[in-house]
Amino acid sequence: MPLDAIANIATAGLLTGLVYGLSALGLSAIFGVTRIVNFAHGELMVIGMYGALLLFQHFGLAPLWAIPIVGAALFAIGYALQAGLVNRLLHAPEHMQFLLMAALAIMLVALCLMAFGPNAQNVTLESAYDSVEIGVLILDAHRVYAGIAAIAVAGLLFVFFRYHPLGKAIRACADNLTGAAVVGLNVKRLFALTFGIGSACIGAAGCIILMLVDVHPYLANTYTLLAFVVVIIGGMGSLSGALLGGLLVGVSEALAGLLLQPSLKSMFSFGLLILVLILRPEGLLGRRS
Amino acid sequence: MIGRLLGEAGTRARIALGLAALVLLAAPAMVDDYLLTVLTQSLFFAYLGQSWNVMMGFAGLLSLGHAMFVGLGAYVAGALFVHFGLPPVIGLFPAMALAALVGAAIGFLGFRFSIQGVYFALLTIAFAEFIRILFDHFTWVGGSSGLFIPVDNRTVNDLVHLRGTPEMFYYLALGLSVAALALSRLLLAGRLGHRWLAIREDQEAAQALGIDVFRAKMAAVVLSAAMTSLGGVFYAFYFNNMFPEQIFNINLSIELLLGPIIGGLGTLIGPILGAFVLTPLSELLSALTERHALIGIKHFVYGLCVVLIVVFLPGGLWPWIARRLGLDRPPGDGT
Repeated sequence: MPLDAIANIATAGLLTGLVYGLSALGLSAIFGVTRIVNFAHGELMVIGMYGALLLFQHFGLAPLWAIPIVGAALFAIGYALQAGLVNRLLHAPEHMQFLLMAALAIMLVALCLMAFGPNAQNVTLESAYDSVEIGVLILDAHRVYAGIAAIAVAGLLFVFFRYHPLGKAIRACADNLTGAAVVGLNVKRLFALTFGIGSACIGAAGCIILMLVDVHPYLANTYTLLAFVVVIIGGMGSLSGALLGGLLVGVSEALAGLLLQPSLKSMFSFGLLILVLILRPEGLLGRRS
Repeated sequence: MIGRLLGEAGTRARIALGLAALVLLAAPAMVDDYLLTVLTQSLFFAYLGQSWNVMMGFAGLLSLGHAMFVGLGAYVAGALFVHFGLPPVIGLFPAMALAALVGAAIGFLGFRFSIQGVYFALLTIAFAEFIRILFDHFTWVGGSSGLFIPVDNRTVNDLVHLRGTPEMFYYLALGLSVAALALSRLLLAGRLGHRWLAIREDQEAAQALGIDVFRAKMAAVVLSAAMTSLGGVFYAFYFNNMFPEQIFNINLSIELLLGPIIGGLGTLIGPILGAFVLTPLSELLSALTERHALIGIKHFVYGLCVVLIVVFLPGGLWPWIARRLGLDRPPGDGT
């Protein structure tokens, strides 16, 4: 196997991994603050993909330019979900919350099936066959744009959480819920806000990934599980961990696809997940609680 | 034995149970082929739900990968029959043994490394997906194109080879479900059941009381896995085909736990009631929407049911109904 082919595939995996990381960022932010495991993650992502697809079909908007609109729509959906439904179950046993999210996931997939049918659809852009050359690397232009867009959105999110007063308030909730409530933060509203921001992030990832893959409703399960793998490897609730996990999974999947049969590559991810759960359940960058 | 099984059940509960048994026994004589299929599938899902309930309902261990035990049971018994002609009545033993072994492996890893709550549920998903992909590439059992059990003359009932009429499969499913009910009842009344409930309510307190938490949890996983795989053997010979993409799918794992959730988690009747609500409901929906071909409607309503139950009736339907009909024990009767 020539070395530059491996480098090419690894870099492509790295770029895809950035998008995985961005999507997992949404899952991780929601879990880190609300302690809710968003089992409807992949479903929200698929809704984001369909949003971008509709904007492309009806207005000719390229998926990357759809990010603000889809992001805003997903923010609204996420906010409404948390404020209207999930907040009612904050003190319910963990498995009840999990089941609520699983049930919502089933409903969202069913909605997508009813609205868009089971067939795979995609956006066809003229730039689909462009490539970018960097030294020995020859990369799909789309993959490069996707990676850059993922970094940009993730960067925005980091800046928001670090410097914006609301971001700081949300971090306060994550660090110490009682303390946050004592100093007068409206915890439930901040939870809803977090779920909204997380969902917007997932929606953005959906727009971006639409440039690389076809969308169909059954993709949702795959993305939910993939995001769990990424987030658990990186550490539940850790934002930088989610990005790192995404890169690791992206590269390892790409390389596994090269060395093994492509259909075996997700087995690799699940094996990795089992190992991490056993050896370091708090993830690579997670904090021990 | 029967006295022990009925235990403290009140008179009304005994009458209700007797009536239900009578209706279920007489059902095949009264319904047409289509309804018999619906009833058989309801009983099948009741049984799977009962098996899952042993882990989650009794011991508080959330498994979201139970489809893997269904699949292992179906594939072991099915492959042994297809390749060696081993009748399922013998094949069910290696099937249950393998499922129990995999359950033990998951339990061992999960409990030794104290993977708890949601993380444990994710561990079960990871195992199920891992095994699904493994079977997708396991050409000896057909890989992703599935394994088929030859369909032959179905006029004579042959319990050894599990070949026979729809009525035979109905009574078989009924027998499985009744056996699971009896087993659950005996377990709950016994020491192991009390240990499980103690662990479910407060693991640390249970440990402080001297309960061997690891062993009790292992018992729950192994038993639940073996029971579920027996359902898988039924699946293989009832449907006569299996595909890794379906039988190991996370959707099956979720579908089989909806019954207990809706019926009442941790109750004896709940999983049966839930299955008898959901399966006919889904059939009704498919019949109603046949003309419009709304493929997602069944799952949409399933999801809605769960959301409503989780938000408004977290205990499930059965405790609510039992209270209204006076089927539960009257409060303060001291037993």
